[in-house]
Amino acid sequence: MSDVAVVPSSANVAWNPPARGIVGMACLILAEASIFIIFIVAYIYYIGKSLNGPTPKDVLSLPIFTSICLLSSSLTVHAAVSALRRGQQRLCSLWLGATVLLGGIFLAGTAHEWYDLIYNHGLTISTNLFGTTFYSLVGLHASHVVVGLIMLSLALWFSLRGQMHHHHSEKLEVLSLYWHFVDAVWVVVFLVVYVLGR
Amino acid sequence: MATHIPFDQVHAPEEIGDKTQRKLWLEVLHEWVTTVDHKKIGMMYIGYALVFLLVAGVEALLMRIQLAVPNNSFVSPEVFNGLFTMHGTTMVFFVGMPILFGFGNYLIPLMIGARDMAFPRLNAFSFWISAFGGILLYYSYIGGSGLYGAGSAPDVGWFAYAPLTAKVFSPGHSTDYWTLSLLLTGIGTIGTALNIVATIISMRCPGMKMSRLPLLPWLYLVTSGLTFVAVGPLTAAQIMLMLDRYLGSHFFDTQAGGSAVLWMHFFWIFGHPEVYILVLPAFAFANEIIPVFSRKAIFGYPAMVAASVGIGFVSLSVWAHHMFTVGLGAAENTFFVLATMAIAVPTGIKIFNWLATLWGGKIQFTSSMMFAIAFLFQFLIAGLTGIMLSVAPFDWQLGNSYFVVAHFHYVLVGAILFMLFSAFYYWYPKMTGRMLSEKLGKWHFWLFLIGFHLTFDFMHIPGLLGMPRRIYTYEADRGWMIWNMIISSGAVVQAVATLLFVYNMVWSYFKGPEAGPDPWDAWTLEWSTPSPPPSYNFAETPEVSSRRPLWDLKHPDDPDTDYEIGPSHRKRAKEESA
Repeated sequence: MSDVAVVPSSANVAWNPPARGIVGMACLILAEASIFIIFIVAYIYYIGKSLNGPTPKDVLSLPIFTSICLLSSSLTVHAAVSALRRGQQRLCSLWLGATVLLGGIFLAGTAHEWYDLIYNHGLTISTNLFGTTFYSLVGLHASHVVVGLIMLSLALWFSLRGQMHHHHSEKLEVLSLYWHFVDAVWVVVFLVVYVLGR
Repeated sequence: MATHIPFDQVHAPEEIGDKTQRKLWLEVLHEWVTTVDHKKIGMMYIGYALVFLLVAGVEALLMRIQLAVPNNSFVSPEVFNGLFTMHGTTMVFFVGMPILFGFGNYLIPLMIGARDMAFPRLNAFSFWISAFGGILLYYSYIGGSGLYGAGSAPDVGWFAYAPLTAKVFSPGHSTDYWTLSLLLTGIGTIGTALNIVATIISMRCPGMKMSRLPLLPWLYLVTSGLTFVAVGPLTAAQIMLMLDRYLGSHFFDTQAGGSAVLWMHFFWIFGHPEVYILVLPAFAFANEIIPVFSRKAIFGYPAMVAASVGIGFVSLSVWAHHMFTVGLGAAENTFFVLATMAIAVPTGIKIFNWLATLWGGKIQFTSSMMFAIAFLFQFLIAGLTGIMLSVAPFDWQLGNSYFVVAHFHYVLVGAILFMLFSAFYYWYPKMTGRMLSEKLGKWHFWLFLIGFHLTFDFMHIPGLLGMPRRIYTYEADRGWMIWNMIISSGAVVQAVATLLFVYNMVWSYFKGPEAGPDPWDAWTLEWSTPSPPPSYNFAETPEVSSRRPLWDLKHPDDPDTDYEIGPSHRKRAKEESA
């Protein structure tokens, strides 16, 4: 008989179920993804079905700079989480600030685009099916960016006041998951609205 | 690894002494409104659902009185439209969902050895926002017509097909109340589902691997997963409808090139998985109750889990069987016919597993078990008419007839409500500390069974004879009268039985015999706590080593650990062969 046989198995197996915050955020992302899928399906279904102009070809231009800003903010928020995990609070604040700035630039870009569409091209949500689906899909995404920016700004506020510590890194990671999701959705929205739909 | 469950005696006496002190009603109210305890929230969910069950039941009765005889004018057509819309919406969103989430809330942390849900405050938020949704829906009776006049209920049917919901055809605000209340409950539903998943994944007590998780939490896991992918589309569709009604967008506006069929797709992408969201918890109750009253471990645990997950996946690809009459085209029809039929396979596996659990068991015919056995038969019949309707040409003939109404009520009442009653008789002692009266329970069972079969067996016939759903009256020469008379009289019998049940719950709360911690000699962790459990559930975190921890505790000479397939089982087998 070896010694291993008499040791109860619980002594060997550590009981580490997954963190609840991560699981919860994964569930929220699943639910949000299904909302976005419906809006994206509606967008694709109505491509080219508008009865009157303006069409996407006439009025949309590729928002390349703001897209780069938003996508790179995924990298900066990741850098903020790993900085906090290593206990580098000031670095964490820096990266969080960069994330908020990049997200803000994206939002300003969307605002500028909408202003242009509404006042120079006369496209509103009730103009045609393109307006209906464009504003609702891009607007749904933008509202998620706004929510993310509010939460990131809160995190930045706490971080600047020195109230964010190493043991908060899991919470910040949960927030960063949401932000990565918002960025990933933008990739799909970009492809559907500005590439496929144009 | 030994099972370690501190049984019963560890609770401090001051906990019990506390209860005898009478509190001011304001204190009690404050306690319930501000609570984040999963048991209290669970009971509030259940109580709230029971109130709406009575409300929607009265609506059903009013409709049955109207339809009992031809050319009746008991209610006006407008009121009738409001009644079936409110009945359907209430039963699905404000009875079915909250009552099932209520049981889940109450039982899941107890069954997995946790002290609360993963996110207690989110739990309270989800409940209150769902509750507010229900109140908002009924507020439409007062505010539904806005400034134009007296109130009116939503009258667009529970699936609210476009373009009837457009501003032109549904003026006033009744449709908006419907939309907003569904949006709000949708948020609450997703919150609770998220909480349930996080609780089951992250809060299990040591030793409770997923392969040892009781089947009730397992099925709630599947239900919650379905909730995310089903309620999401509903929320999206409601947002689109609101944009259409308020900002003049054209999603479902056929005049501007929009599509009414798109709404049907979006609604049923929610609507069909919703049926499984409601029925899987009923299966979950059956998985716990049938073994205990058969005095046997559940037959085919892994097959049960696999079948539940399978049902979850297949149920996402069957929605258009609600739309055969639209004319989708041969390819789509074929796909949805086959997918719908395929779902009968995992469902059949479940029925056979329950039968195999009963087989050779020492069956105890408690009220709870009798409801569960009726559930088995009725669910089978409901499934069979479901397969009939899944055949597209048959559905072309009977779509939107009373045959369809009979079919889905057979599922919702014959399967889900029967299993809910079973769950009430089974877990009421845990929740209140008192047993429900078995004598009243048997009366309740037989009366409800007779009423149910009078109503819903005979409801198939006017459907076959061509009676469409949602008509508010019919001509005498159609030959539907006798059937409608039988259906309506059955509804009255069901109403009497339900009142008996309510009386039983109230009477037993004060006068019922003391239950003790474990009245059914059951095997899952919730029965190791006192009845009702203290707010912290477990004084010490339990540790389990099999699927039936209390069996191990009661039978240390013959624990389940020796029989369940796993590392210890293999080790033992190796030792025996050596």
